[in-house]
Amino acid sequence: MPKKVENVGCPYCGVCCDDLVVTVSDDGKKILEVENACAIGNEIFHHATRGKRIQLPRLRQPDGTYKDISYDEAIDYAAKVLYNAKKPLIYGFGSTNCEGMAAAAKVAERAGAVLDNCASICHGSSFLAIFDNGYPSCTLGETKNRADVIVYWGANPAHAHPRHMSRYSIFPRGFFTGKGHKSRKIIVIDPRHTDTAQVADIYLQVKQGHDYDLFNAFRTALRGHEIPAEVAGIKREQILEVAEIMKKARFGTIFYGMGLCHSDGRNHNVDIAISMTRDLNDFTKWTIMAMRGHYNITGPGAVWSWQFGYPYCLDLTKKDIAYMNPGETSSIDLAMRDEVDAFINIGTDAGAHFPIEAVKHLRKHPWITIDPNICMASEISDLHIPVGIVGVEVPGIVYRMDNVPIQYRKVIDPPEGVLSDEEVFERIFKRLGELEAEEAAKGPAKAVPQGIRAEE
Amino acid sequence: MGELLIKNGFVFDPLQGIKGDRMDIGVKDGKIVEAGTLSAPKTIDAAGMAVMAGGVDVHSHVVGPKVNVGRLFRPEDKLFKSPHKSPTCSRMEMGCSVPSTFKTGYDYARMGYVFVNEAAMPPLHSPHVHEEIRDTPIIDNAAMPVFGNNWFTLEYLKNNEIENNAAYTAWLLRATRGFGIKVVNPGGSEAWGWGLNCVNINDPVPYFDITPAQIVKGLIETNEHLGLPHSVHLHCNNLGNPGNYTDTLDSIRLAEGYTPKNNFGREQVLHLTHLQFHSYGGDSWGNFESRAKDVMDYVNAHDNITVDIGQVTLDETTTMTADGPFEHHLCSLNHLKWANTDVELETAAGVVPYIYSPNVKVCTIQWAVGLELALFSKDLMRTFITTDHPNAGPFTRYPQVIAWLMSRAARDETMKTFKWLDRTIDATSIDSIDRELTLYEIAQMTRAGPAKALGISNTYGGLAPGMDADIAIYGLNPENMPSDPAEIEKAFSRCAWLVKDGTVTVQGGEVVAEPAKRTVWVDVKVPENAQVQRDIYEHFLRHYSVKLDNYSLFEEHLHNPRVIEVNTTE
Repeated sequence: MPKKVENVGCPYCGVCCDDLVVTVSDDGKKILEVENACAIGNEIFHHATRGKRIQLPRLRQPDGTYKDISYDEAIDYAAKVLYNAKKPLIYGFGSTNCEGMAAAAKVAERAGAVLDNCASICHGSSFLAIFDNGYPSCTLGETKNRADVIVYWGANPAHAHPRHMSRYSIFPRGFFTGKGHKSRKIIVIDPRHTDTAQVADIYLQVKQGHDYDLFNAFRTALRGHEIPAEVAGIKREQILEVAEIMKKARFGTIFYGMGLCHSDGRNHNVDIAISMTRDLNDFTKWTIMAMRGHYNITGPGAVWSWQFGYPYCLDLTKKDIAYMNPGETSSIDLAMRDEVDAFINIGTDAGAHFPIEAVKHLRKHPWITIDPNICMASEISDLHIPVGIVGVEVPGIVYRMDNVPIQYRKVIDPPEGVLSDEEVFERIFKRLGELEAEEAAKGPAKAVPQGIRAEE
Repeated sequence: MGELLIKNGFVFDPLQGIKGDRMDIGVKDGKIVEAGTLSAPKTIDAAGMAVMAGGVDVHSHVVGPKVNVGRLFRPEDKLFKSPHKSPTCSRMEMGCSVPSTFKTGYDYARMGYVFVNEAAMPPLHSPHVHEEIRDTPIIDNAAMPVFGNNWFTLEYLKNNEIENNAAYTAWLLRATRGFGIKVVNPGGSEAWGWGLNCVNINDPVPYFDITPAQIVKGLIETNEHLGLPHSVHLHCNNLGNPGNYTDTLDSIRLAEGYTPKNNFGREQVLHLTHLQFHSYGGDSWGNFESRAKDVMDYVNAHDNITVDIGQVTLDETTTMTADGPFEHHLCSLNHLKWANTDVELETAAGVVPYIYSPNVKVCTIQWAVGLELALFSKDLMRTFITTDHPNAGPFTRYPQVIAWLMSRAARDETMKTFKWLDRTIDATSIDSIDRELTLYEIAQMTRAGPAKALGISNTYGGLAPGMDADIAIYGLNPENMPSDPAEIEKAFSRCAWLVKDGTVTVQGGEVVAEPAKRTVWVDVKVPENAQVQRDIYEHFLRHYSVKLDNYSLFEEHLHNPRVIEVNTTE
């Protein structure tokens, strides 16, 4: 009899749907069916048992091929790389659980590494705005139960967060919103007429790169001052109309995406979005939320904040104090300046996401990828350590985009012998301790690390 | 585990009425034993030092989502304000007003504390709270879920369904592995869902049509119906505003006629937290004044009340509370950054940095109000030291608060720095109070009293045989107290020794061991209640954004639990 596992969390996007029902074959080895998930979430589960998975760590050989090695050898290699490097970078974490992040932080602290997560190339600019201006937000259930006005600004959940609109914002019937979609006004602001814009009551096609101007116009209008006949490509009448709708809302939420935090203005766009939210709270109730991408990219910001006080770009190289200065201690900037002499890519794909120049620099030094799958990073690494897929084979806590912790389950066992991210880092931590002890017995000299491509 | 003998110290144990007698304390297998029963103990020479039970903090915000927002959005609270890692500790220590979990654990231990009660846990976020508890070393933690704006609670209490509310409360304590009933701005934080507030106890909650007074009374009845270790723990309505002492007195009077029913030695039915923020007179910031006397006169006369002071320490700090509307109000006063998190069906929290400056009259009056509350108290077993960490100041200032309470000279020295000293003296009674508290009274306020109020005085807060071997030794000789109050502060900042669960944890003010910490929670057995089960099912089906089965804390996310069992079915 196939077995149904209910209330399964989905390891795809920041919506963190936790209502999946997964059917597993009798022998517990194959995923047969996934209910309630979007197309992408569905694929993540099926992919786990569809084809052949990497089951052993693979080490790059001088001829450029990979050779299978044992986990012990891989852990030893990784620990030695970290131990010998002056400024190793451990980056990624969008797709792993908080237990893995906590273990990695322990390793980074002991090794004196830079610890960074995907926010560095994503909502990091939101962090900068939050540092300056705060974050008046709410949980997604609040939006579902109360909101009568929804704004999507520079975000396209129809593609990036497929069930966001149906679970939390536009369509659901909540406690005070029994009429669901009918009781809500939907405003979409985006330079492109996206699929999300299709469901909007009001769509404002802001001129690309002029979001800040439009926010400014809204704030001015909200305070009852004159605004020009047209701002950022939007007519005055429309701006006044939308300002009035926002002012008269009972409860509103602004969901914003990379369209704000990665177009011209970046953190300043987010900053003024927060300021507008603050202004609106003088009239009624408004909240704002970043559309965080991966299912647990909110996690490292949470875990490292309680462990070190900073959400990302943590320079732990001094080993006795943490330091954060995005631009200086952020992954891309470090890589572009070739300041990093070893790289661990975990739970993401820096090979695919980083600028090519950054990748070229990183590739000069030892590059270790910790990931369940073959990805661009794993194919240019010196070492690839396979791990179980969180949410499918490994349980754990993840943080949804609204900072709500969701307890993920496992539905099947990982392939035989495959460790979790947490186990890998715990073992690297242990091995680092042994290396420190050995070195302490020997004396202080340190070897310079050598990646396989150091000569290139 | 080994044996330990703490010799010749001046022992202060208010739970046994021991007032500085020279005594030996024996430790065996993590518990306190009669000194005579040890065979070959390791000895700690405590001669000339004060020996107390490990400290117990009744109210502090140390773990959980809003604390973490405070950490995340204030990088300035770390830079140049964090110490370098101690070579004897396993982890770095970052932060100042909102320290990292590791720094929190180490600093409490250095001050001789062993138990800290997290003051507000949003139930939806309980897995987060327990993750942070895991990463807070040494000290035992409990966490109180918030009930005062919870839709279940509002609906049951509106209809006066105490038994149903009790069944729900028991369910939620188990689901979150929580400790007791916390109430923050009853009704007001729900009103904040619409940008509104409940400014006094008779101001009805929008839609739910119940008053804060009904909520508080209903929760007291629920608490005594269940017989929980701790009482209702109340943050009153209208926090922080001039003239709010009348609302505070109205809130305290709600406890009249209720008597405690429990098997844990607790004698109060209502704990009023950070009373300093609730004891103001005047009707504007211009004529803002202390009403500590009026409030304490009432508290002194009523045995079923306990309070903690919430002392302002005149630091730059980070305010954070599940009183969402108050934080919005505060940010409109100081125009600093503002974080807010409304939590579906449960609560609403806010976070705003704040600078309590000796150059600002309101701040120095607040400073005086807190101290007056303690100095006017006639029963220090019912009056506890807190700073509502980090709201009125970081917990690391407790030693300074103790010095102010123990020394008029310390108070005078601080008052000399006030820009508006005359106006502060006019608006308060602080200058006319000469009272200086004793070490025994400090022991009442920082361990015996809070432990008793929390209903854990059979385990924590005392030195009787059978209790946990949590012992703090301070370099203070009661027969020869230092004339310089700075020495008192120093002694309480870094205890000479801390023994936690029988392990020497702090020595000479430095953490030397990190024994396993515990999560303390209360498991209440109640009769099965089909209606409540159905209500829970319905709300999760329709209104929560997470599934019921994913809401309750998974066993694997509870770390080193210590369960306090309560059975109401017998």
